[in-house]
This record gives sequence, C-alpha cells and structure tokens, in this order.
Amino acid sequence: MSTDRIEKRIALKAPISRVWRALTDYKEFGEWFRVKLEGPFVVGKVSRGSILYPGFEHVKWEALVQKMEPERLFSFTWPHARSLDKADYSPDYSNEPRTLVEFRLEKTANGTLLVLTESGFDKLPSDRREKAYRGNEGGWAEQVKNIENYVAKNA
Amino acid sequence: MREKAGARGRPKALVFAALGDETRLLLVARLCAGRTYSISQLTRGSRLSRQAITKHLRVLEGAGIVHSLRAGRESLFEFDPEPIAEVREYLRSVSEQWDEALGRLKAFVER
Repeated sequence: MSTDRIEKRIALKAPISRVWRALTDYKEFGEWFRVKLEGPFVVGKVSRGSILYPGFEHVKWEALVQKMEPERLFSFTWPHARSLDKADYSPDYSNEPRTLVEFRLEKTANGTLLVLTESGFDKLPSDRREKAYRGNEGGWAEQVKNIENYVAKNA
Repeated sequence: MREKAGARGRPKALVFAALGDETRLLLVARLCAGRTYSISQLTRGSRLSRQAITKHLRVLEGAGIVHSLRAGRESLFEFDPEPIAEVREYLRSVSEQWDEALGRLKAFVER
C-alpha cells in the first residue's frame, strides 16, 4: 500500500539549462503550473501566490523552498489543503499535512530526464513501512495483500 | 487541482498521521482481515502492552480507520476501509494532477 509517495519520470527534449529555468524562474514556473507567484524562489523562504487553474482561483499557493542545486535539484515542501472546494476551503494550512516535492534533473543524449517525487504523505519512511508490513511479529505480513485488495476494490 | 470535490470533511492529516506509525500499520494489517478483534487478541503476539495497543487503537479510531463496539465488558475493534480508500483516491488525484502539470511543462520547454 503506497500511501507515502508519488514518483514520475519524464523525458524532455530540451537542454537541462532550459528545464532548470522553467522550474526555478518563478514566472516560468507559474506559466506551466498555472500559478501567479508573488516573487522569485529563494532557499529557506516561503513562496506565495494564487492558483490560476480554472475553478480554483480561490486557492492560495504556499511552498517553502528547500533546495536549489543548479541543474540538479529543486525542492520544496507544501501543505495539502483539507478541501479545495470553494465552500469548504480554508487558506489556513497550519494543521495540514506537508509533503516534500523534488524535481531532479539528469542530462540525457537528447535532452533531460526529469524525475519528480512527492513524498512524506504519512511521515513514515518507506523502508520502515516495508519492515512494518513484512512484520517480524509473524503472520501479519500476508494481511497487507488483503488491505491492497480491499482498497483496490473499493477505491 | 490538488483535490477534487468529494472527499471532504474527514481531515486527511488525521488519516495520514494515523498510518505514519509502524505499530498502527501492523494493527491495520491485522484488522483488515475483516472480523472484529478484542484488545486482548490484538495484544497477543505483540511485544507491546495492552495500554500501548489501546492507545494506538484510539488513534486509528480517531481517524475513522477502526470502529469500536462494546461486547459486554470488552471493546471489540473492526476495520473500516473507507478512510484509507479516500486517501488512496486523494493520492491518485494528486498523481493525475502531476501528470497534467508535467505534460504542460513538457510542452513549455519543448516549444
């Protein structure tokens, strides 16, 4: 049961410098992510803005920039709002779960490989999760399959 | 965007936090077999005390992942798949939104 992370790999036919700029220049980021950011990304600072995605213009963007290693790694943490429905939405994210978003870049023969991960949904590192599920207390590990089957059917 | 209409109400933070603990995952793994368990049954075979198991069960209960029933003097616990199904659905929607956003990034840098 992966309740902990999302990973995406995408090959881009563009030089790594171009991809880096699209990720870390706040105006360029805003264009493809569809967010109007108030200012540049700065390590250790909170980035704020407003979502431009149709139907979600009431939603505030907030992210704390973690790392900017040129042409290698851009990362931030951000909160997950309890609800984005206009009727239930609250811009107070202080009690909401925060996840770590990482964009990693690698040069390839004809462009750039981008690996995106979003992790930490439940704050349990995946190796410890594995261990819990393998279960050194005997007999419980097989039940993991039951959870997976159960939720797959009910999802 | 990061959440579609629907899975509102139950705080995701509670469900994610409840799942972010090895002991509770073990309890969930055991309870999801689909029948009810007493605290004694859940404590058996564990190194943890009855009090510790009870505390973890209450956290799961707070997130709606288990429900307790009274049976005489005992509390019985049963698994409710709904909150975990909801967070999985939420992760699926976050994953889809990344697919869309990365598709737009690809078009943006390749144009």
